Amino acid sequence: MTTAQQPEVSLEMAREFGLSEGEYNSALEILGRLPTYTELGIISVMWSEHCSYKSSKKWLMTLPTTGPQVICGPGENAGVVDAGDGDAIIFKMESHNHPSYIEPYQGAATGVGGILRDVFTMGARPIANMNALRFGSPDHPKTRHLVSGVVAGIGGYGNCVGVPTVGGETNFHPAYNGNILVNAMTVGVAKADRIFYSAAAGVGNPVVYVGSKTGRDGIHGATMASAEFTEDSEEKRPTVQVGDPFTEKLLIEACLELMETDAIVAIQDMGAAGLTSSSVEMAGKGGLGIELVLDDVPMREEGMTPYEIMLSESQERMLIILKPGREEVARAIFEKWELDFAVIGHLTDNGKLVIKMHGQTWCDMPIAPVSNASPLYDRPWEPTPPAAELEESVRALPGDKTLGEILEKIVSCPDQASKRWIWEQYDSLVNGDTRFMSGQADAGVVRLPGQTKGIAITTDCTPRYCLADPVRGGAQAVAEAFRNLSAVGALPLAVTDNMNFGNPEKPRIMGQFVGAIQGMADACRALDFPVVSGNVSLYNETNGEAILPTPAIGAVGLLPDAMMAVGIAFRNEGDTILLIGETKGHLGQSLYLREILGREEGPPPPVDLAVERRNGDFVRGIIREGLVVSSHDIQDGGLLVTVAEMAMAGGIGANLSGLDGADAGVLFGEDQGRYVLAVRPENAAAVQDKAKAAGVPVTVLGKTNGTALTSRGPESITIDRLKKANEAWLPSYMAAAE
Amino acid sequence: MKAAVIVFPGSNRERDAVAALEAASGTKPYLVWHRDTELPKVDLILVPGGFSYGDYLRSGAMAAHSPIMREVKARADQGVRVLGVCNGFQIITEAGLLPGALMRNAALKFVCRTVHLRVENTDSPFTAKYRKGQIVRYPVAHGDGNYWTDEETVKRLDGEGQVAFRYVSDDGRDDPLWNPNGSVTNIAGIFNAKRTVLGLMPHPEDAVSAFHGNTDGKPMFDGLVEALS
Repeated sequence: MTTAQQPEVSLEMAREFGLSEGEYNSALEILGRLPTYTELGIISVMWSEHCSYKSSKKWLMTLPTTGPQVICGPGENAGVVDAGDGDAIIFKMESHNHPSYIEPYQGAATGVGGILRDVFTMGARPIANMNALRFGSPDHPKTRHLVSGVVAGIGGYGNCVGVPTVGGETNFHPAYNGNILVNAMTVGVAKADRIFYSAAAGVGNPVVYVGSKTGRDGIHGATMASAEFTEDSEEKRPTVQVGDPFTEKLLIEACLELMETDAIVAIQDMGAAGLTSSSVEMAGKGGLGIELVLDDVPMREEGMTPYEIMLSESQERMLIILKPGREEVARAIFEKWELDFAVIGHLTDNGKLVIKMHGQTWCDMPIAPVSNASPLYDRPWEPTPPAAELEESVRALPGDKTLGEILEKIVSCPDQASKRWIWEQYDSLVNGDTRFMSGQADAGVVRLPGQTKGIAITTDCTPRYCLADPVRGGAQAVAEAFRNLSAVGALPLAVTDNMNFGNPEKPRIMGQFVGAIQGMADACRALDFPVVSGNVSLYNETNGEAILPTPAIGAVGLLPDAMMAVGIAFRNEGDTILLIGETKGHLGQSLYLREILGREEGPPPPVDLAVERRNGDFVRGIIREGLVVSSHDIQDGGLLVTVAEMAMAGGIGANLSGLDGADAGVLFGEDQGRYVLAVRPENAAAVQDKAKAAGVPVTVLGKTNGTALTSRGPESITIDRLKKANEAWLPSYMAAAE
Repeated sequence: MKAAVIVFPGSNRERDAVAALEAASGTKPYLVWHRDTELPKVDLILVPGGFSYGDYLRSGAMAAHSPIMREVKARADQGVRVLGVCNGFQIITEAGLLPGALMRNAALKFVCRTVHLRVENTDSPFTAKYRKGQIVRYPVAHGDGNYWTDEETVKRLDGEGQVAFRYVSDDGRDDPLWNPNGSVTNIAGIFNAKRTVLGLMPHPEDAVSAFHGNTDGKPMFDGLVEALS
């Protein structure tokens, strides 16, 4: 075979491509010769952290991934769970962190595009989007620009494709100054007997390319995502892809139309590492070979080399294996939607990836070693040392601040302030199936098209907990997702995890990863809440500074009727307010400690998984019996902040006589497994009896009443004042840019 | 009432429109593809929200020249009722069925929220089921909803009862604070001179059921069914 016109391959070049010396040597061993330039490019992206999970796989394997509700666990484009009546829910969360830092609008937009494709490639119509965002300190000079660009990018893409964005979370912390996190999640619905997979089958079957043309954008994006940032990372801007949501919309409609025929054998989107990963993975999973003729690839620019075509990360492209003779049926559908359609190769029985162009062979290598024998590391790791407990006296309320001032400060801090400025830039209503969106309930709730059944969706993680104790933090993220779904009345089905960490080659960071996985695995097991899909993003460091460990959990739950779902807002005067769960007053790592006392200390709250399950099952049960008017789990900020949010959402205050004399631990502690409910007064006794029967602690906090929160003596905090503080921070912060 | 919903490749609120029309009339509307050149015999044509052809140029500018829009204009001239919502408002305005233009929102950001509107004229099949001056709640979801026309035209539109809706506060004040997009004099929707064509940015079709938690859009569809059946 000729290697003319290709640069000479060397160890130095392999290093530039992100391979270690050991990895380069094993490539030589597998091939029994020097790889060509194209081959080296392909091997380097396939073995990148992003594509191979080489540092994380050993630990990911310990997560529970099965259950009666699981139709397809990790390993496919997205996870699939059973929603009953022949319906399947397909979902996944994925990061686009590095590109979003370099070019926030396109980075975030293409993150949404990529996760949408992962879901509809399996046969699902996307019905909801979510996102989990972490930005640096508000004081950092770049933060405003990044918030503005990321939010506009997510909206620009999601709004155009017509998928409602129904929720998410946003945090700010200096640890993300040089490495923001953009985690996007898509949920879709399909028929359980019409799921499409990626394993190729049928020697000789045509390999079809559909969607946008291939350009030089995003070459080596997967490699960029597998390295630490340095000050010159912005020079990597050309490796960020450019999104075209209109084409994505066409691609969704065309693919779903093709899926109604019986023409497809296998289908996969071209995500990270583009044509390389899609062709190698599809053929590899099917145990077959694949031969591509790159002259037939639709190209946006002239003179592209095989290397560039194989590594391009141009967006809105899919690879499909068709049944023989179905090319014209498929072509007609893609032409109707005015998308490119090209037969670019066929499946072979020799197990090789063969790439031809201009009558020459540019790559001829066995697939199995590349897709299966990619390196797997057992990186050294150190457990995070436990944090010292706080002194008991921290529970005394400070004498120099009123309760109103404390509450106002917490509800207006960047993490807790209303994110209305963000979510109003997302179309949350398109399709007319949205029951609850951001700010209305603990989870987004949409109904399945044409049905009454509802799907609840949440994303959760408390990175400050994870830093202090990764095991507890990992368990807490899963437990909070379980709680948020239960708090709207949904039965939690399954989890998608988006693991964002620093450099795994540092034992301290690897220890955070290992700890978080351990906590997550415990929680997923105890709550029958398996992980069905996920994504790992490592090397989130800039100049050696790592982000907070952020195992973002996305999760879905099922409601027999979306109208059963309960939101957080107080709705009537005179409702009885109940606290479900036990309050010990844990202030370690609480928002109160950080915002009021200026301390980021102590262990995070312990998570008792049996209690989580018992309390969650109880709350879900009484919601489904129609006994609950308003429901909110207790999380950041503790009990009083939770009640304040319910009051602000409903514009109705509360008389909290049950909190007279309470200390800071009771009012602001972040003990887990708790909910605040509002019930009609005539149902209060019945709910308390049921709680007692279930062994669930229940306390009467007071009644909904008036336009203020009243407790402890004469002090009264008006809802109006809290709402102003809560709503003002983000818009005024963003406006200060101008 | 028989209705047709025009579908561009980037339309994305056609399902919402179909559901609202079907709920009100009991009949499924026709879906008409943008490349079609003929319309079935209908009483109402609805041009739905979305991003027509991507709207990378001025929103609706390309769609206004699509094959089906020639037929929509011809039917409108014959008096067939036309309702353009959001992107549909942009398209029928670009096509010349309504005066003025829709520009980028004044805040340069997409905005999705529920707004209050004042019904300015009830003398049309679109608004007959409302009271004049009634305050209703509809959601908006758009990036280019900033309606503009010159002062003289605004005066004429007001004088001839062509302003259908204005953005207001919950108690009916029409100061700029309640304007989500910078529209001239808070205009949210306008009629043509004969009040047979209505274009508006807000989405009545997303406010028609208990599920939506808002039924303020329902009288528009009920009114059309009553007038056109």
